[in-house]
Amino acid sequence: MKDILKLTVTELSLKLAKRELSSKEVTEAYLRQIADRDERIGAYITVCDGEAIDSAERVDAKRAEGDKLSPLAGIPVGIKDNICTRGLRTTCASRMLKAFVPPYDATVVERLHALGTVTLGKLNMDEFAMGSTTESSYFKKTRNPRSIEYVPGGSSGGSAAAVAADEAPFSLGSDTGGSIRQPASFCGVVGMKPTYGSVSRYGLIAFASSLDQIGPMTKNVCDNALVLNAITGHDRRDATSVSREYGDFTEELALGVKGMKLGLPDEFFGEGINGEVKEAVLGAAKVYERMGAEIVPVSIKMLDYALPAYYVISSAEASSNLARFDGVRYGYRSESYSDITELYKNSRSEGFGTEVKRRIMLGTFALSSGYYDAYYKKALQVRTLVMNDFARVFERCDCILAPVSPTTAYKLGEKSASPLEMYMGDIYTVPVNIAGIPSLSLPCGTDKKGLPIGMQLIGKAFSEATLYRVGNAYETECGVYHLLREGEQYEAY
Amino acid sequence: MKLIKDYELVCGLEVHVELATSTKIFCSCPTTFGAEPNTQCCPVCTGMPGALPVLNRQVVDYAVMAGLATNCRIAGYSKQDRKNYFYPDLPKAYQISQYDLPLCEGGYLEIETEEGKKRIGITRIHIEEDAGKLIHDVRYGTMIDCNRCGVPLIEIVSEPDIRSAEEAVAYVKKLRAVIMYTGVSDCRMNEGSLRCDVNLSVRKKGSEKFGTRTEMKNINSFTFIREAIEYEYKRQVEILEAGGAVVQETRRYDSETGETYSMRTKENANDYRYFPDPDLPPVILTDKEVDALGKAIPRLPDERKAYYTEKYGLSEYDAELLTENKRAADYFESVAEATDYPKLAANMMISELFALLPPDLDEVSIPIEPIHIAALATMAGEGTINSSVAKKLLRRIYETDSDPVKMVEQEGLAQINDAVLLKKYVDEAVAADTKSVTAYKAGNTKAAKAIMGKVMAMTGGRGNPAVINELLEAALLKL
Repeated sequence: MKDILKLTVTELSLKLAKRELSSKEVTEAYLRQIADRDERIGAYITVCDGEAIDSAERVDAKRAEGDKLSPLAGIPVGIKDNICTRGLRTTCASRMLKAFVPPYDATVVERLHALGTVTLGKLNMDEFAMGSTTESSYFKKTRNPRSIEYVPGGSSGGSAAAVAADEAPFSLGSDTGGSIRQPASFCGVVGMKPTYGSVSRYGLIAFASSLDQIGPMTKNVCDNALVLNAITGHDRRDATSVSREYGDFTEELALGVKGMKLGLPDEFFGEGINGEVKEAVLGAAKVYERMGAEIVPVSIKMLDYALPAYYVISSAEASSNLARFDGVRYGYRSESYSDITELYKNSRSEGFGTEVKRRIMLGTFALSSGYYDAYYKKALQVRTLVMNDFARVFERCDCILAPVSPTTAYKLGEKSASPLEMYMGDIYTVPVNIAGIPSLSLPCGTDKKGLPIGMQLIGKAFSEATLYRVGNAYETECGVYHLLREGEQYEAY
Repeated sequence: MKLIKDYELVCGLEVHVELATSTKIFCSCPTTFGAEPNTQCCPVCTGMPGALPVLNRQVVDYAVMAGLATNCRIAGYSKQDRKNYFYPDLPKAYQISQYDLPLCEGGYLEIETEEGKKRIGITRIHIEEDAGKLIHDVRYGTMIDCNRCGVPLIEIVSEPDIRSAEEAVAYVKKLRAVIMYTGVSDCRMNEGSLRCDVNLSVRKKGSEKFGTRTEMKNINSFTFIREAIEYEYKRQVEILEAGGAVVQETRRYDSETGETYSMRTKENANDYRYFPDPDLPPVILTDKEVDALGKAIPRLPDERKAYYTEKYGLSEYDAELLTENKRAADYFESVAEATDYPKLAANMMISELFALLPPDLDEVSIPIEPIHIAALATMAGEGTINSSVAKKLLRRIYETDSDPVKMVEQEGLAQINDAVLLKKYVDEAVAADTKSVTAYKAGNTKAAKAIMGKVMAMTGGRGNPAVINELLEAALLKL
């Protein structure tokens, strides 16, 4: 039998159902891998060994009694540390929430638990999900499992690294401006940023409420669809959650791309893109053509404006969302203060890291009296224009094929001195959040340094099934990046 | 006072009213007043990380009813905004309120003034959440009670149409009555479910330009509203008369001293950085929904007032008194239906019953069956009992709520109309009270009253006063 750690969720599910494996065996294998590798990778902030084994045993017992279980029953999962887990410390990788233990589960966690998944632990991230390298975590830096000197991307760097390092068969991340897709591409795994409103945000510690969305990170496309099935759905505790028939995301997986139209937006291949990345994504376009899809040139003219609009909107919302961390009720409280104003100031100055403070100041400024119209209101107008751009494009194609990031992974420390340069790295991912539409990130090659290159498939709202179909066609043709042996990657991609 | 005469007071009110929904505005925690601290809260109303607000639709319904009852236009599309500021009683560090697109706009209320009816404009009514309460304790310092966090409020903002403390009080009384009629709030000022912010400025009479205004927050009784306005008006006039300038600021009214004190000036005022709350979709209302809510509003004070003056012949003043409180108005209507003498019943209620009841009718129920007051009015109207017996009976049934008809029968309280019997009493009294008779003859007509009292006493208070009066006058004339 294949190494447990190399089995996909889909394969694990089958073996568990046939009782060729027990959940306890699978969980133990992953906990061993975490014990062996995580000191070097640094994907986890909190590992829950004991509880994980207990829940695995409970699922095994149920299965032994002949209970009908879900496809995810008994499968371990790693959860990004901005998603609340009852009784399990949830830090947002911040000193501010270093000791915060939520009294409730996020809706996605509730859903997964109801299906019998086994929580391995909580995954590292950029502090409050602000960043693209996971270097702004208060606790530790996470390393890219494909090449240890490089960052895993961010902010869901821990979630991507855990899957890439076989420290979790799948994980949950969150994506506000690319935080699932970019680390997925840096680490060579598959990540989905679902349509805004399809996955409940209840229990996700908000960064930018109108952009945040939880999504799955997996080894391959099929697993991703399976996990998204489990976490999608209307939640009456989230007023932005959309009530509709979501269907089965795995349904169209095998249909292939023959006759489909894939849009290639000019603007995503312009100035600033690394040559190898461009070549790899255009190479993927060729693969699709070979499989019978039509490649059509399209245009997202607002691309350049999407980035500044994103930083205004996300920082503005963050400045308000993070105001509750004031040292009064929970979270970090400064030791030194003589009145309430000082308690606020010192707790927040000491509890938040540099990047978080930078964004709070940006956002506070953008919302200030006298500046609102010039910044926030303008950004909302850009948002509408970006949406219109996408709507026009989707009249001409089934989905868009584009790079995820202009480059492959950075070296640790390479970008941490220049926030602006780091923000530029988000240029291809933020328009998707601005428009509230879904995008699937999957590997499409490797650069000369051996680092994975990612492409994204962007679709109109609620077209996740289509994106999975297109993504799966590529994997069927070229193989699953994560499951190829070292050395095989060059040839296949 | 010369100084005051030259100046005009300009005042607008912001009234906060807690809505009587059973659950909070953004979660399902109960809103019951007076529970143990922090027993009625959850992750949502305590602003825990990751918790999200979901609008309680009943809050919208209630606010729309309040808007319709105050003649506002109802917005088909409105939104909720965040008002950002740090304060320990505000767990999220922002209050969810409405900024530029409120639920209701452009209404008015009519008040009675010495110069007659006056319209006070209502700029807007919006929905928002209440904050928690800080409890200061010498042993433990300041503690936070989150029970009130997320209790639904409407803020009713008036136009600066108010020109005196009396008008301000009349406006708040009217507003309170109207809202209580709709049933969307109990408006208990002592429990803080109706609170008032006063914006006040003064200007030279005849001037078009408004003066610099000050704001006094959280005033919670009619007396305090009056006192705060009078004090602040005088203070501002004195500043201007002394050649000074009023500073735009928020002032605290101290009900102990009756004075106002500066809290914060415009320079250190908060920039609330309002922006649309991304957690909450816009509030959409169809005409059909608004119509349905309009139909659910019971008849309001003005409508009832008109009905009482027209149908029952009550004076404007009496009708106003009966409609100030819905409970009293409903009660009066039940009484009026059960007697042919509604005006008499109204008088009994206003002059006798209201005197027996505590001043704030909202806190208590009336302990007499309406049918018993009606019976009393009928007996008095038909001459079965005289007015003093009626008065005494009312006081007794206020204690026991027994049937006055039976009491009259059992205790023989029926009025004595028998002229022969009454003449006997009159003659006896006249013969006995020579002193009063002499005084009467000397031109002191009041002396007849003393004899009248004696006759009444001889009848055990049951004599028909009109008949006695006639007989007495005749007897005195003959002398």
